[in-house]
Amino acid sequence: MAACQPVIKFADVGQRFVGADGKRIDALDGLSFEIGRHEFVAVLGPSGCGKSTLLRLIAGLIRATSGSVEIFGMPVTEPRDEIGIVFQKPTLLPWFNVLGNVTFPMRHKHGYVGDGERERAHKLLELVGLDGSATRRPEELSGGMQQRVAIARALLLDPDILLMDEPFSALDALTRDEMSFELLRIWTERPKTVLFITHSIPEALLLADRVIVMTGRPGRVREVLDVPLARPRSMKTLSEPTFHELANHIRGRLFSRPVAA
Amino acid sequence: MNSPITSAAVSSVAPSPHEAAHPTPPRKQIVKLSVDERLPVLLDRFAPAAAFIVLILVWEGAVRFFAIPSFLLPAPSAIAQAMVSVPLQVWLGHIWATLRVALMGYLLAIAISVPLAVALASSRLLSRTLYPILIVVQSTPIVAIAPIIIVTLGASDLPRVVITFLIAFFPIVVSTVTGLLSTPDELVELSRSLRAGRAREILHVRLPFALPHLFSALKISSTLAVIGAVVAEFVAAERGLGFFIAFSTSFFKIPNAFAGLVVLVAISLVLFRLVGLAQSFLAPWSLPKSGR
Repeated sequence: MAACQPVIKFADVGQRFVGADGKRIDALDGLSFEIGRHEFVAVLGPSGCGKSTLLRLIAGLIRATSGSVEIFGMPVTEPRDEIGIVFQKPTLLPWFNVLGNVTFPMRHKHGYVGDGERERAHKLLELVGLDGSATRRPEELSGGMQQRVAIARALLLDPDILLMDEPFSALDALTRDEMSFELLRIWTERPKTVLFITHSIPEALLLADRVIVMTGRPGRVREVLDVPLARPRSMKTLSEPTFHELANHIRGRLFSRPVAA
Repeated sequence: MNSPITSAAVSSVAPSPHEAAHPTPPRKQIVKLSVDERLPVLLDRFAPAAAFIVLILVWEGAVRFFAIPSFLLPAPSAIAQAMVSVPLQVWLGHIWATLRVALMGYLLAIAISVPLAVALASSRLLSRTLYPILIVVQSTPIVAIAPIIIVTLGASDLPRVVITFLIAFFPIVVSTVTGLLSTPDELVELSRSLRAGRAREILHVRLPFALPHLFSALKISSTLAVIGAVVAEFVAAERGLGFFIAFSTSFFKIPNAFAGLVVLVAISLVLFRLVGLAQSFLAPWSLPKSGR
């Protein structure tokens, strides 16, 4: 599945913190994997397995204590332009309207917002299904709509890589499923290399080409799993036998004792 | 654990109805309220003013009934009389003197506190070094050192402004630091991931997030600034409301002193309100929804 040159490459990456009590905490240990161009990869694991640390390593927000993280064959030493991030919470700026929030990366990075960006922002709002909401305030929007704005914001500077840190976990179950299909549609229209962090097995299977299953502290790769479900995926995908087999398989990998199917 | 088929997924391109738009608010029904029902509504509206008026009346009545001499406690009517008896020109002179000192000290406090707060919030070393000093300054009774400051800096507006500043600056520093540090981590990470730089991180993200805290402090400090100016005038001044009160008291013109007090309270209230208006004008999003 990976193209000739991987977009993201982890080689034996370890990450250590010194905890508040002075003890060493291993967040990640011996992490190795590659992600190809325009691949959709989900990282699945229990809470506290270092999934978010992994995302922050790629974003260049923190540096690995050992091993190497490379993007397009170059080691990550600082944040780079090729990356857009969507966080768990929408974290919109309450003093800007929707349009202001989407164009914020431009304003923040370069100090101005040109007509070009504003036009791009309007197109992105259309893409995420929010055309006509440009002048609304963030507080008027539902959680799902706010996260749509956050996705549009992450896409403004047209990054090659989209990092998503449990973006739908704060949403209610119905909105969450809806947003998953929305994300697939957006990804089809704007192909990106996506790294999607989640702790939901159905969400990972529904979205991803491959699922990286991680174990708890220290975070290690338990298994990298291909998801051979046909695209475009839909409601029907959820009831395919392969879907259930994969879900059960992952459950088996995550928990040492067997789980009743 | 989730079951493979999570809750029924809704696949639609457009936002689903439950997140689409606000439901149209139900029409307000016009219902005639009976007297029993209207009483609470009326109470809610007029109770504050009524309580104030009752308080004044009780005060007036008590002073008359017990024949309290005006140099002990003047009646509200006596205070009103005193207020009218002082020429407007004189009032304006005193008001202007006090207001000028209060505003200069207040603006100085803002001009120094906000950058100081940014420095404290950005550097652990600075905050560890400077915070103890700030707390020592704050813990020093300014009223006690006001005479020393006047002696040191001479008889001009300068020592009064310094005293006002010393009283007003601390809440602004503390609240702004709290606000700057309350910025969500994700937004700081967003800023870092864009490599926007520290200056833009503070200007575009942290300072706006600190605005609600800053405005709360500005409200408190606006009244503190008036107190600071009055304290300074008590120590040494030849005009200003603090001087007017001290002067009136020393000549047993207690109704005049009370009149000066009323004017001071009015000034504080107006300043407080102005800061509130500035907030709703400059940063309406920072107000709680009910306050807009």
